[in-house]
Amino acid sequence: MMPLSQKHLLGIKDITADDINLILQTADNFKEVINRPIKKVPSLRDITVANVFFENSTRTRLSFELAEKRLSADVVNFSAAASSVKKGETLLDTVNNILAMKVDMVVMRHASPGAPHFLSRHIEANVINAGDGTHEHPTQALLDSFSIRERLGDVAGKKVAIIGDIMHSRVAISNIFALKKQGAEVMVCGPITLLPKYIKDLGVIVELDVQKALEWCDVANVLRIQLERMQIKYFPSLREYSLYFGINKERLNRLDKEITIMHPGPINRGVEINSDVADSEHAIILDQVENGVAIRMAVLYLLANRSS
Amino acid sequence: MQKRLILNAELLSITVDRLCQQLIENHQDFSNTVILGLQPRGIHFSDLLVDHLNKLTGKEITYGQLDTTFYRDDFRMRETPKAANATNIDFIIEDKEVILVDDVLFTGRTIRAALDAMMAYGRPKKVELMVLINRKYTRDLPISPDYIGKDVNTMETQRVLVDIGEGKKNKVWLINEEE
Repeated sequence: MMPLSQKHLLGIKDITADDINLILQTADNFKEVINRPIKKVPSLRDITVANVFFENSTRTRLSFELAEKRLSADVVNFSAAASSVKKGETLLDTVNNILAMKVDMVVMRHASPGAPHFLSRHIEANVINAGDGTHEHPTQALLDSFSIRERLGDVAGKKVAIIGDIMHSRVAISNIFALKKQGAEVMVCGPITLLPKYIKDLGVIVELDVQKALEWCDVANVLRIQLERMQIKYFPSLREYSLYFGINKERLNRLDKEITIMHPGPINRGVEINSDVADSEHAIILDQVENGVAIRMAVLYLLANRSS
Repeated sequence: MQKRLILNAELLSITVDRLCQQLIENHQDFSNTVILGLQPRGIHFSDLLVDHLNKLTGKEITYGQLDTTFYRDDFRMRETPKAANATNIDFIIEDKEVILVDDVLFTGRTIRAALDAMMAYGRPKKVELMVLINRKYTRDLPISPDYIGKDVNTMETQRVLVDIGEGKKNKVWLINEEE
């Protein structure tokens, strides 16, 4: 078995299709582990991981923490709200202080794109990007691929439509890279104001009519409208967005096939997705959350393996 | 590379038969006994063993496969990561008599990891170890087998190649690695 090609997981753009495959295969084994009565293995018992979160997160942070604990790593948590960052400390200083306490791996979320890349050039520890601004969110894309593979058998050859706020979404970017590397076809769909101008250069199909996107795809990955990242108005109102782009039962009933619905969370019910879809058997939203722990265990395990 | 045959197909089947008889002697009707084959290579031998045991006893003996990868103590010392394999255990081993089955016993580190891994499925009443090939004088840990197919005196530089299972030649070789 080949090790990962990278020392850090900064983005899907930097890793190879073989790396993705290795992570998904390893996650299969960890998924079995987390469904045992005793969900813990001792693999990382000599590793300390710092979860450094400069931006809010519930799911990702809990998921990483559980993954670390189920691998028996020691965990320290850090959130910017309650730290010296407020007192004016720089990112590198903050992290170097944490590393001085002998930490082997850093899981970081930051509002600035490229923050984990910057960090990885200056520190010895392995860096895992848990989301950097509007840039990448690699573990989310990996768990999305894992969930598609689990539901449909394979990612290659599948048609995946990413619907919603593409412009502000790191999930969209990482998913596009991951899906293309695995041989899937990708479409993006949303209001034209929320589609980046050069998105076509990534090799995706652009569609403005959500019903056509649903007709085309095998899997619809529905994204949240990220109001907190919007400094200006990109569409008239949430109600209008919901009318034109919201996924509801009525839209799905009009299709002559069944499609799989995904959402990276947090869900805004009644905006991008209705409850009658989010809670239906077509949605694998909670499977995605479960798979997230297995994927993060695989990433931590494989990076720790590589550090020697 | 020098090869020496230590078990041929005929001797192997006699050995498997003898090991089954020993197990029957100690475990009678296997009502409270489970067999765990160790992934990845031990299961070729344990498949063979359980198959024969089922025929001899006329029962379906509780059998699972255990992977030790995540419990190893040497995983970060390797150049390349060891691929994990599936663990298939759909029963609880609480209060059972467990027979761990592997193909070759060398340093004992795999068995150490297996003992840890097994505990995730309950606290067994008793654990025994069966190996097809017991390499003598090479142990790093105080572990010794209860059932042995064949004892072999080996050196650190030698390797035991177990070529058994579906579509294989059912032979066991001792190989001298070239310096």
